[in-house]
Amino acid sequence: MINTTNTSEITPSKPALKIQGLTVSYGDKTAIFSVDANFPTASMSAIIGPNGAGKSTLLKAVIGVQPILAGQVHIFDNPVKNNLQKIAYVPQRVSVDWDFPTNVIDVVQMGLYRQVGLLGRMKGEQTSIAMDCLDRVGMADMWQQQIGQLSGGQQQRVFLARALAQDAEIYLLDEPFSGVDAATERAIIDVLKSLKSKNKSIIAVHHDLATVRDYFDYVLMINIKNIAEGLIDETFTNENLQSTYGGKLELTHAEELSAPKDRPTK
Amino acid sequence: MNTFVQAMLFQAGYNVALVTVGAILLGIAAGSAGTFLFLRKRALVSDAIAHATLPGIGVAFIIMIWLGGDGRSILGLLFGSAITALIGLFIIEWIPRRTRLPEDAAIGSVLGVFFGAGIVLLTVIQTMSSGRQAGLESFLLGSTAGMLFQDAIVIAIGGFFSILGIWIARRPLTIVSFDKDYAISVGYDVRQIDLLMMGLVLGVTVIGMKLVGLILIVAMLIIPAVTARFWSNRMDEVVVIAGFLGGLSGYIGAVLSASAPSLPTGPIIVMIAIVLFVLSLFLAPNSGVFSTFIERRKTKSNIHRRQGLLTIAKGENVVSSFTRKLLANEGLSRTDGLTDKGKKLVTKILIDENRWIAAKEVYPDKDMNINYGIKLIEETLTKDELLKVDQYIKSHKFKSITYD
Repeated sequence: MINTTNTSEITPSKPALKIQGLTVSYGDKTAIFSVDANFPTASMSAIIGPNGAGKSTLLKAVIGVQPILAGQVHIFDNPVKNNLQKIAYVPQRVSVDWDFPTNVIDVVQMGLYRQVGLLGRMKGEQTSIAMDCLDRVGMADMWQQQIGQLSGGQQQRVFLARALAQDAEIYLLDEPFSGVDAATERAIIDVLKSLKSKNKSIIAVHHDLATVRDYFDYVLMINIKNIAEGLIDETFTNENLQSTYGGKLELTHAEELSAPKDRPTK
Repeated sequence: MNTFVQAMLFQAGYNVALVTVGAILLGIAAGSAGTFLFLRKRALVSDAIAHATLPGIGVAFIIMIWLGGDGRSILGLLFGSAITALIGLFIIEWIPRRTRLPEDAAIGSVLGVFFGAGIVLLTVIQTMSSGRQAGLESFLLGSTAGMLFQDAIVIAIGGFFSILGIWIARRPLTIVSFDKDYAISVGYDVRQIDLLMMGLVLGVTVIGMKLVGLILIVAMLIIPAVTARFWSNRMDEVVVIAGFLGGLSGYIGAVLSASAPSLPTGPIIVMIAIVLFVLSLFLAPNSGVFSTFIERRKTKSNIHRRQGLLTIAKGENVVSSFTRKLLANEGLSRTDGLTDKGKKLVTKILIDENRWIAAKEVYPDKDMNINYGIKLIEETLTKDELLKVDQYIKSHKFKSITYD
């Protein structure tokens, strides 16, 4: 069995994921420079920034895919290195070869490999966990499908189900809504919100500025370096959007985005 | 021909039976290990390290002679070959990490340099008094002539451990091949797993040198895996099928080579593997050339039939001569209009057409263009979904298309 998290250490005051002075480079090209972040527990956080701002790199550095040049990463105040089992990572859909000979349930069961161990057998228990996760993302009907036959949205749901199977505390998602249909976007948001209600922490690289306000309650804005970080209402402002995106964002558009929407009062 | 049948039944003498069993075991090990190599896209690396075994053979031979030994001891030669292959593998890994050279340049350089050095060493050995009969050049393309009992034992033990290793490491190997970043995120050490995979491949290469030869061993690793991919979409099945196809190639190849001793064993086994590949390429269900061709024709006919019938039902002329011929051949239309059979089908198609239009309104988020016009809607929607669509059609909100 994997270590189950001591629930007493998960308190809203402690950041779920704490990043200090993180620097990553590809050769001599700096991808992120001295980034700090404190993603709160039991909330939905967005990482936003223009293309090439280092959003995906940040996630990859946290899970150890990308070597860290400088800086530290802590999960609930413990070094990330020995606490990877508390993180579930959902990579970009386009990062894998979907022609790989495997089907939906097999992919979801990859989320249970560490739990089962090297020589352990996949038993009925694991199959029912995997089926349950598929059901939560609305893909239970398709459990036997070859993955190459899935649409983009379905592929993304399978990846989310695989992460759910890990039963982690922190969910790191890399552009989960990129290239998916509206139904999938809604299904994914529903799953993420239910995770949040169970005190899980969600951190997603997000590119659709129009939905930031609706989906998230915390935001990290980066462009190689930190630009701003904090609660959406205080941080997702016209000024911060301008300094994050520079001239790439139309001023009027930014004002429209950053203005809190008039919500109908009941 | 008589020898051929005898060889097939393991009756053509002790040595032939030994070779045949060895080739089968090697084929199974190579096919199953090669599946991971193929899916991890590392075929060229394995080709380079196979070529990098050659200098090791030469050096091991010379050292064994210097020490006063036989020089042809199989274990000594295999040990030497494994050492230089590992050095080659290390260099291929090191160059792209620490220099500006890309991996393909590293692979090419290691292959060329090591193989070149090996050939030089072999030539030197030819000039040595004890080297003339060494028969080391048989490691290039494989040979069955000089196979000894201990060679077969080496293949059997090596093959057994390769297959055992594959079975134990099947999950890490699969997850790293499919999604490397995710594998890291759940705590797998990808470098170690890659090394383990190359270690298994190296093991197969080394035990296969005597039979298939180091130049063609990569074919035994890759071809059965590629062939197996035609027959299954499940990783575990692909591994087993690739092992079976590798074993079958080894068996037939060894038997053929026994009945024609002048032919080199390695290339014959590889040719058999290629025959199996070509057969699968054409005949495999779902992904083979024939079934794809038939499927495409069926789809084309379905679309033309539907379009043609709807056009006639609307009272318009069918322009496409393919459609006209299709409808006439299937007895759906005559020169003066639709036959009774055609009219019946039009009714059915109209129901289906309305269901598709309604389904797009009921399920605006679903991609309802998949299979539209190609298959009936029953094959796309579940029963519950279809029920909802039919209820929607009956409601006053939906206006069905009808033709007189």
